[in-house]
Amino acid sequence: MLLGKLTLDAVPYHEPIIMATMSGVGLIGLVLVALITRYGKWGYLWKEWLTSVDHKKIGVMYIAVALVMLLRGFADALMMRGQLAIATGGHLGVLPPEHYDQIFTAHGVIMIIFMAMPFMTGLMNIVVPLQIGARDVAFPFLNSLSFWLLTSAAGLVMMSLFVGNFARTGWVAYPPLSELSFSPDVGVDYYIWALQISGLGTTLTAINFLVTVLKMRAPGMKLMQMPIFTWTCTWANVLIVTSFPILTGALAMLSLDRYLGFHFFTAEAGGNAMMYLNLFWAWGHPEVYILVLPAFGIFSEVVSTFTGKRLFGYKSMVYASGAISILGFMVWLHHFFTMGSGANVNAFFGIATMVIAVPTGVKLFNWLFTLFRGRLRFEPPILWTLGFMVTFTIGGMTGVLLAVPGADFLLHNSLFLIAHFHNTIIGGAVFGYLAGFSFWFPKVFGFKLNPRWGKAAFWFWQVGFYFAFMPLYVLGFLGMTRRLNHTDNPAWTPWLYLACVGALLIACGIACQLVQLYVSVRDRKQLADPTGDPWNGHTLEWSTSSPAPFYNYAKLPAVHDIDAFTDMKEKGVAYVVPTSYEPIHMPKNTAVGIAIGAFTTALGFAMIWHIWWLAVAGLIGIIGSMLTRAFDDDLDYYVQPNEVEAIERERFERMGIDVDAYSEREPARKPSSGVKPATLV
Amino acid sequence: MRNCSSSRLVLWLSPLALVLLTGCQGGILDPKGQIAADEKSLIVTATLLMLLVVVPVIVLTLVFAWKYRASNVNATYAPKWAHSAKIEAVVWLIPIIIVSFLAVLAWRTTHALDPYRPLDSDKKAVKIDVVALNWKWLFIYPELNIATVNQIAFPKDVPVDFRITSDTVMNAFFIPQLGGQIYAMAGMQTQLHLIANAAGTYDGFSSNYSGAGFSGMKFNAIATATPADFDKWVAQVRAAGQPLDIDAYRQLAVPSENHAVAYYTAPTSRLFDAVMHKYMAARTSLALSEEDIKLDALTKRLCAPAAARSVN
Amino acid sequence: MTSYATPAHGHDGHAHHDSGEQKVLGFWFYLMTDCILFATAFASYAVLFRNTAGGVSGKDIFELPYVLVETAALLLSSITYGFAMIAGQQGRRTDVLAWLAVTFLFGAAFIGLELNEFHHLIVEGNGPGASAFLSAFFGLVGLHGLHVTAGLLWMAVMMFEVIKTGLTGRALTRLNCLSLFWHFLDIVWICVFTVVYLKGVL
Repeated sequence: MLLGKLTLDAVPYHEPIIMATMSGVGLIGLVLVALITRYGKWGYLWKEWLTSVDHKKIGVMYIAVALVMLLRGFADALMMRGQLAIATGGHLGVLPPEHYDQIFTAHGVIMIIFMAMPFMTGLMNIVVPLQIGARDVAFPFLNSLSFWLLTSAAGLVMMSLFVGNFARTGWVAYPPLSELSFSPDVGVDYYIWALQISGLGTTLTAINFLVTVLKMRAPGMKLMQMPIFTWTCTWANVLIVTSFPILTGALAMLSLDRYLGFHFFTAEAGGNAMMYLNLFWAWGHPEVYILVLPAFGIFSEVVSTFTGKRLFGYKSMVYASGAISILGFMVWLHHFFTMGSGANVNAFFGIATMVIAVPTGVKLFNWLFTLFRGRLRFEPPILWTLGFMVTFTIGGMTGVLLAVPGADFLLHNSLFLIAHFHNTIIGGAVFGYLAGFSFWFPKVFGFKLNPRWGKAAFWFWQVGFYFAFMPLYVLGFLGMTRRLNHTDNPAWTPWLYLACVGALLIACGIACQLVQLYVSVRDRKQLADPTGDPWNGHTLEWSTSSPAPFYNYAKLPAVHDIDAFTDMKEKGVAYVVPTSYEPIHMPKNTAVGIAIGAFTTALGFAMIWHIWWLAVAGLIGIIGSMLTRAFDDDLDYYVQPNEVEAIERERFERMGIDVDAYSEREPARKPSSGVKPATLV
Repeated sequence: MRNCSSSRLVLWLSPLALVLLTGCQGGILDPKGQIAADEKSLIVTATLLMLLVVVPVIVLTLVFAWKYRASNVNATYAPKWAHSAKIEAVVWLIPIIIVSFLAVLAWRTTHALDPYRPLDSDKKAVKIDVVALNWKWLFIYPELNIATVNQIAFPKDVPVDFRITSDTVMNAFFIPQLGGQIYAMAGMQTQLHLIANAAGTYDGFSSNYSGAGFSGMKFNAIATATPADFDKWVAQVRAAGQPLDIDAYRQLAVPSENHAVAYYTAPTSRLFDAVMHKYMAARTSLALSEEDIKLDALTKRLCAPAAARSVN
Repeated sequence: MTSYATPAHGHDGHAHHDSGEQKVLGFWFYLMTDCILFATAFASYAVLFRNTAGGVSGKDIFELPYVLVETAALLLSSITYGFAMIAGQQGRRTDVLAWLAVTFLFGAAFIGLELNEFHHLIVEGNGPGASAFLSAFFGLVGLHGLHVTAGLLWMAVMMFEVIKTGLTGRALTRLNCLSLFWHFLDIVWICVFTVVYLKGVL
C-alpha cells in the first residue's frame, strides 16, 4: 500500500539490454559525481548553474538536456532501424513488440518534446534577450522554474526505462488504445505526466518571453525592428500560448478516464475517441510550427550574416511567419482525412493546408534573394542553412502532396508520411537548431567551434539524412505502413537496409559533433573570440562581449535600425567606452525553481505509481516552495558601477582598446589593434 | 562544391528512378483498380505541378550559393539591397498560382474520390461488412450468408461496398493496390467503395497501429477473373465453414496474433450492427424502435466478453 | 552622441525586472491560456452532452433554483472583490481585509454548494463514470470549481500578506492579478450556467 502499484517486479532485471543500459547510465552518473566531488565543483555547480536565473545559463542547461535526450532518442532510432533491417523475410528480429512498441513511442515523444522543444527554448533563452537589448527576461525566476519543470518531465521519461515501462501506443496515444482497458500498465501514465509537466513549463516560458519582447526591448526598438529570430520566436510563443492548453485539456481528460473512470474517450458509455484526435492535433499541428518557426528565424539570421547582407524582405518574413502561425491553427484535420469526415470537410482542410505553402514558399524565395548578390562565407552555420533550403523544399512538396485528401488516402500512415515529417523536422527544425548552435556558440562560451569537425558533421548528417529517409519515401510508395515490427515483403528489404545505413551515417555525424565539442574546448585559446563579433553580425547580441557578461549590456543600447549593430558599426559607435557606469538592477539566484522541479518529479512519479501519500507530499512541497518565494523580499540586488567598470575594462583590453585613451565625447571608431576590423573576409 | 551538388542531385533522383523500376511490385504505384489508379495519377499530377517551383528553388539555391561565394570577387555585391516590390510581388504570386491550381485539383478529386461515394457501375455491388478485431479482420457477406477471417474475394470489375467498424481499438482498413484506406472505429461505421479491374490476390492490412499483434493483422483480397470463379470461392467457404453464432464470434474476438484464414457460414443476422450498437447505444438517450430493441438483446449477448477484449 | 540610451529618470533598473505592469501583462497572457483550457472543456461538453448511455440527461438532474443560488453567490463575490480593490486603491487596509473576507465567504459558499451537488449526483449513481455526458459535466464544472478553490487559497494567502505587510505595491499588484482571475472565473461561470444548466433544462 505504501508504494502503490510499485513493486520490485517493475524493475526489468530480466532484460539484459535494459540492465546494461542501466548500469552504463549508473556508471556515468557515478563518474560524474566522483569528478565533481574530486574537483570540488558542487558549490560552483549549485551557485552558478542549478540555481541560476540568468537566461543565458538557463539556455545552456536547456540545450544540455536537449543533447542528452537527442542521444537517447537517437539510440531508439538506431534500434528501430536495426530491428527493421533484421526483421525481414520472416525473421522476427531482436526486439519483440513489447519492447519495440515502447521504443517507437519513446522516440517520438523524446525527439519532439524533450529534444526539439528544449533545443528551441534554449536558443530562444540565450538569444532573444540579447537581441532585444534586455538584461534578462521579464520573469527570471519563472524562467528557472520552466526549465526545472522540463527537466523533471525528462527525468520521468528516463525513469520509465528502468522502473516500469513506457507507453506502447505511438507518440499520439490515441484512445481507446491508450485507455485503461487496453493499456493497463503505467506506460501511458508516464506519457501523460511527462507531457503535462513539460507542457506547463513550455506555457510558462511562452508567457515569459511574450512579456519580455513586449515590455523590455531596448530604447528605440520598434516591433518592426525586432531581429527576425526574435520575431519568429514570438510567433512560436503565440502558438504555444494558444495551443498547449488544448493538449493540457486533452491529457487531463485522458487522465480522468484512466484514474477516475470517466468516459471522455472510452469506447464504452458514450465516450468519443475521435474527440481526442481532434484535440490532440489542434495542439499537434501548431506544435510543428512552434518547432520550425524559430528555426526559420535562425536561417534568416545566418543567411543575412554570412552573405554580409541585409535580409531580403524583412516585412514579408514577419508577415509570412504570422500567416503560418494563424493558418497552422486551421489545418489539424489533415492528420486524419481517413476518419471519414466527408468530402467537403476534407477538401476544406486540405486546401487550408496547401495555403500554408504560400508563406513558406515566400520565405524560401526571400532567403534565395538574400543569397543573391551576397558574399557567401561557407562556415558551418551557412552549410546547415543551404542543406535546409534544399532538403526542406522536398519536405514541403511531400507535405503538400499529403494535404491532397485523394493522395493522402494512399499515403496516410505509410512510411511516406514518416519520411515527410522527418524531412521537415530534421531538414527544417533540427538543421536550424544546429545552425544556431554553431552560430551562437561563441557568444555563450567565448570561442568558436572547430569548423572542420563542424563541416564533417554537416556532411554526415546531410548525406545520412538522404540515405535514411529517401528509402522511406520509396517504402511508402511500395505500400509499407508505419509501426510494423517485422515485414516479409522482399521488395522492401533493400530499402530497409539502405535506411539503416543512413541512420548509421547520421550517427557518424553526431559522433563528429561530440568530437567537435571536445576539440573546440581543447583548442579554445586559438578559437577564442575576443571581439564578441566573430561573424561580423548584424544584431545587438554581437555588440556585447563573448561570453556576454551576466548583465548583458553595461549600458542599454539605443536602436535605430533592424540591423542595429551593423548600423552602429557604420556610424562608428559600435565600441564606445563609456565614461561612467550606473548601478544595474539584477535578480538574485534562487533554489526555489529546482526545489519545485524536485517536488514535481515526486508528484509525477507518485501519480504514475498511485503512491497517494507521496503525491500529497509533492503537492504540499510545490505550494510551500511557491509561498516561500512569494514572501521572500530578498530577490534582487544592484551591481555596483565599479564592478561593471572592471568587467568592461577587461573586455576592452581584450579587444585591444585602451580604455583610458577614449572618452564618450570622442568614441572609438575602430578598435586599434588585436581586433579584426569589421570587414568582409 | 560543384561535385558535391551534382552528387546530391543524383542522390535525390536515384530513389525516384528506382521507384519507377520497382513500381511493378505492388504498392500504390502499381494500381489494379480504378480508384487506386485515379489516386495514383493524382499523386503524379500534384507532384509534377509542385516540381515546377521546387526544382527552380533547389537549383537557384545551389547556383546562388556557388555564384555568390566570397571567393568570387567578380560577382556583384549589394549589401544594402533588401527590398524589391517586383520580386516580392512575384514571390508571393508564384506560390499563390500553384496553390490555386492544386486547390482546384484537390477540391474536385476529394469529391470524386470520396470513399463514401458509391461507384458508377451497371453491375450490382458485392457487400462486405468488415469488423476489426485484435488482431485479425472479420468479413461478413450479409447477402451471401457467409463470413471469413483475413480473406475476402470478389469478382473483378464489380464494385465492392465495404461497411467498416471495430470491436477493439482503432485500425485502418487498407488494400493499397485497390485504393485508399479508411479508419475502423468502435461504435462508428465508415464506408469504402473499391473495385478491382484486374484479377489477382492483393495484400490488405491494418494501417493504423493497434497494439502488440498489429504487424500480423494482414489479409488477402482476391479479385477473381470471372463471377463463376467467385461463386466457386463462395461455395468453398460454405463447404469448409463453421457456423458463426454468438459464441463463435466471442471466441473469435479473443485477442490472437497472425490468425490463419478461416471460413464461416450462417453468421448471426445483424452481427455487424450489433457490434456497432454495443458502443453506439451509449451515445443516445432516444427511445429505441422495435428493431433496435431486438438488436439490443443481441448486443447484450455480445457484451458479455468485454473483459476478454482487453489485452490482459 | 553615443549609441547608448540615456536612461530615463530611475527607469533603468526597476522597469526591467518583475515590475507590477509586467506581472499584470503576464497574468493576462496566463488568463488567455486558461481561457483556451476552458474552451477545450466546453468543446468536450458540446460533443458529449447527448451521450447519456441510457442514463440521466441534464433535464433529469439539474435544479435551476439551486444553481441560481450558486450563481448569485459567485456573482456577489465578484462585486465584493471589486469593493476590496477600491479600498485597496484608497489604501484602506481594514476595509480591504473585510471585503476580502466577505468575498472568501461567498466563494466558499459557492464551492460548498457545488460539492453538495456533486455529492448528491454521485450517491444517486450519477457520478462521472456513469456516462460520457456526466464525465463532461463533472469535467467542465469540476475544472471551474478547482479554479475557484485555487482562487480561495490565493485569497487566504493575500489576506495573510495584507495583515503582515500592509498594502505594499507588491500586495496591490497581486490583489490586482487575483481580481482579474476572480472576475474571469465569474465570466466562465456565466458560460457554464448558460451552456450547461440553462440549455440542459430547456
